[in-house]
Amino acid sequence: MEALIALVIGVLTAGGVFLALRGQTFPVVLGLTLMSYAVNLFLFVMGRLAIGLPPVISDAAAGYTDPLPQALVLTAIVISFGMTAFVIVLALKARAELGNDHVDGRHHDEERHA
Amino acid sequence: MTLFFAVLTPFIGAALVALASRLGRSHSAWAAGAVTLAAIAWLVPSLHLPFEGTTLIQQHDWMPALGLNLAFRLDGLALLFAALILGIGLLIVLYARYYLSERDSMGRFYSYLMLFMGSMLGIVLSENLIQLLIFWELTSLSSFLLISYWQHREEGRQGARMALAVTGAGGFALLGGFLLLGHIVGSYELSVVLASGDLIREHPLYVPTLTLILLGVFTKSAQFPFHFWLPHAMAAPTPVSAYLHSATMVKAGVFLLARLFPALSGTPEWFWLVSGAGLATLLLGAYVALFKHDLKGLLAYSTISHLGLITLLFGLSTPLAAVAGVFHIINHATFKASLFMAAGIIDHEAGTRDMRRLNGLWRFMPYTATLAMVAAAAMAGVPLLNGFLSKEMFFAETMEISAGHAGGWLLPALVTLAGALGVAYSLRFIHDVFFNGRPVDLPRTPHEPPRWMKVPVEILVVLCLVVGIAPTLTVAPLLAVAAADTLQAPLPDYHLALWHGVNPALVMSLIALGGGALIYLMRRPLFAWHERSLGRLDARVVFNALQNGLFALARSITRLIDTGSLQRQVFFLLAAALVLGVAPWLAGGTPLAGNREGLPLDAVSLIAASALIIATLATVWLHRQRFVALVTIGVVGLVVSLAFVKFSAPDLALTQLSVEIVTIVLLLLALYFLPQHAAPEHEPARLWRDGMIALLAGGGTAALAWAVLTRPYDTIAGYFLANSVPGGGGSNVVNVILVDFRGYDTLGEITVLALAGLGIVAMLQGLQLAAPSRDDAGRSWDADAYPAIMATLTRILLPLALLVAVFILLRGHNQPGGGFIAGLITSVALIVQYLANGAVWTHQRMASDSHPLVAWGLAIAAFTGLASWLFGYPFLTSTFSHLNWPVVGEFELASAMAFDLGVFLVVVGATLMILVNLGGLHRAPPKKGSVH
Repeated sequence: MEALIALVIGVLTAGGVFLALRGQTFPVVLGLTLMSYAVNLFLFVMGRLAIGLPPVISDAAAGYTDPLPQALVLTAIVISFGMTAFVIVLALKARAELGNDHVDGRHHDEERHA
Repeated sequence: MTLFFAVLTPFIGAALVALASRLGRSHSAWAAGAVTLAAIAWLVPSLHLPFEGTTLIQQHDWMPALGLNLAFRLDGLALLFAALILGIGLLIVLYARYYLSERDSMGRFYSYLMLFMGSMLGIVLSENLIQLLIFWELTSLSSFLLISYWQHREEGRQGARMALAVTGAGGFALLGGFLLLGHIVGSYELSVVLASGDLIREHPLYVPTLTLILLGVFTKSAQFPFHFWLPHAMAAPTPVSAYLHSATMVKAGVFLLARLFPALSGTPEWFWLVSGAGLATLLLGAYVALFKHDLKGLLAYSTISHLGLITLLFGLSTPLAAVAGVFHIINHATFKASLFMAAGIIDHEAGTRDMRRLNGLWRFMPYTATLAMVAAAAMAGVPLLNGFLSKEMFFAETMEISAGHAGGWLLPALVTLAGALGVAYSLRFIHDVFFNGRPVDLPRTPHEPPRWMKVPVEILVVLCLVVGIAPTLTVAPLLAVAAADTLQAPLPDYHLALWHGVNPALVMSLIALGGGALIYLMRRPLFAWHERSLGRLDARVVFNALQNGLFALARSITRLIDTGSLQRQVFFLLAAALVLGVAPWLAGGTPLAGNREGLPLDAVSLIAASALIIATLATVWLHRQRFVALVTIGVVGLVVSLAFVKFSAPDLALTQLSVEIVTIVLLLLALYFLPQHAAPEHEPARLWRDGMIALLAGGGTAALAWAVLTRPYDTIAGYFLANSVPGGGGSNVVNVILVDFRGYDTLGEITVLALAGLGIVAMLQGLQLAAPSRDDAGRSWDADAYPAIMATLTRILLPLALLVAVFILLRGHNQPGGGFIAGLITSVALIVQYLANGAVWTHQRMASDSHPLVAWGLAIAAFTGLASWLFGYPFLTSTFSHLNWPVVGEFELASAMAFDLGVFLVVVGATLMILVNLGGLHRAPPKKGSVH
């Protein structure tokens, strides 16, 4: 199971990095989203994998998984949403101001000639 | 606390004064006067202490671990300066009331003035050096505001910028000097520093420390070669010049010389650096002052010259010279403030400050002329006036120090020359302006100013006279305590008297008076010669060249590291992270995998993981078809939340699921305004390169995760698990960590979320984007924007969804849920209303502005934290108890739940703010040609 999770994190990271390196704003935002999945998962599994041991105190519980990474990741998820929203609106603003959706504010044909 | 309040009063007063200006023009002047009197009143109870030989020190812990305390000190020197700052400040307040015209904003002026007064007071009353420096920087900032008060004038803005650049750079050097001083002494407290003179002087770091501190002093007090900012600061309104250049701003530098005199003086380095700079400034200022045609220009260079004189005195290092220095600080403040005010009156009533046009004003304003002439005579050092006494002491000290040295005649000769130049420019001020023929086409006919405008000048001129005639009866006690606390030692023997018999100092004074008259008589050929030669030099040219050079350097460095391409920057960032991440693996011989036993693999997990991997690859592969990519990335998010369910994280699963929904709505809305398909890229090389980086990064992260997961670990989780119920009153440990154990982090995080929301609103303001009327395939949008079935269903669902949200919020402390999740669920429920029914329909039924929600949320969260202070606990300490409610049964009430409510409100407010504003964009009329 650990190997599978590591593989998933790796695939998400690779996809995120590739998209973050694209020239247009939308794929970059998608890339950042993929990367935040990867990072959140990575942080979460730092508490190791445990099945059926939620950190909710009760007399019937057999044990608890580590609650600290969960608390950290919970706020990270919400903050990632804030960040994604900020970046995508920045992209809209750039499109309105510059007239294109390239991260460097250039037209595609310009890029080709550059 | 009285000293602290005295310093605080002007800062609070600055706001009051600005408010008072709304009531009427005179009100802010009255308020400013009242604030100054209040600051004085805070000092009055302690005034007698310095005269009894006690130094009052008031200390309040602030950051004791760093040696930073709020510490104030009132001794003789501080008292003298506080008296100058507040006394002359009060006169300036009165004077400015009549000086400022109808067009000038009174509130702004007095507000800046109060800020400046508070900063100056802070400098002179500080016991802690770092605290002193903070006030020092505040004077630079507030004087910037004052100098550029007439913002519409080019020279005002330039002068203010130059003053800020020079004094700001000096402040930076001073910080370095103070840190070194603190390092040497081991304390930033002045009492300790002043008592450690020998330790400091013998320390190997003495010279760097001294140099850095002197840089701060010389820039502030306009000593050569940093003198050039002061004349340009004359673009300020005259009351500002009168205040900054007589009693305050520039005196901060010499104040520091006096303050640190016991700690730093008495070495050859001190002697040569300080007296050298002082002498050069004294001569240069006196020389240039003579040739200035502008009345304020003359006074500016005369100020520079007198500051040089004071610096030179402190440089001489003898106790008697320091006494003379302190005495001249007092005298210069009184006569220079009155002269500036007189110059302001002349400018105000005659409409110009050019001495080539101002002639024969005696006829028009004899009373003002008399006052100005007395003050100018004091500046020249004429007997019976205060300037004479300190100048006499100065001459005597230079004779004393030079006696018995080879070439010992040089210093007395040079200072006598400077004295003669001083007499000459004072004569010019008197003769050119008030006599010397008739005025040359003045803009208006001059006349005496309003009665109360003259009062401040009268008071100061009377002070010049009484100090000059009867020093022992007036200034002597104040001078004695100020000088004694400057020296931190018993006073040397000295006599304040008009007549000391015929001695070298008297002879020098007479030579200066006669020589000055002679120079003035020869002024015409001298002026002509000056115009041809030295008059062309302008320090501003050098300053501007230096400044432009610095800017050019900064720009070239920026160009070197910032190529202006985000794509390239991201590439370098990732590549650097890769190199740094891989390097330790290559170096160390540790095996990748550890020996921790893992969980067995099951079929469901395998299928889910495969779905996630396929969806990720699809997103990457199809990212140019943006709508499809959005669907596939939704699948990824869904599987991630399933992973959270699987691995015992119900809270995370709920959060991820609801965030997933709002994110997709967000991206859909944004996609509406972005091209829905992107052209394929034409650079296979770049695709390969990025692919390689991506594979390396992915492989690296996977390896890292694998390496960690296969190793055992220690955790601090035990503490949280053990204390959650007894300490936090909740059985959902994750929620208790969020709202209790790490509540402060959460407060920060919701603040970030609120800021992101506000930032988005700000960016969207005035943004106009053309919304396409049809999709890329040429099909027009569905005419039925709000399908009836969906609209009806969502309306029915709303109360249900809200009920769920409330349930989730309330149970969050004990079961999976809480403010974050409840907030997201509520947002989704409300957003769906917008989507199904339209913004117009929704806003008829619900407040459209979600700013108050965010504000209330933050306020509630912060106040829950503050409330624990009331009970004497640290910030955000939580408490809980159990209530027995009728019907409901036992119910737990925890203060952390109020905090969670704050979190809830912020999440709802920020999410709505973001999505509703983004969705509202398309209703803005499209701007032609904004999008190609």
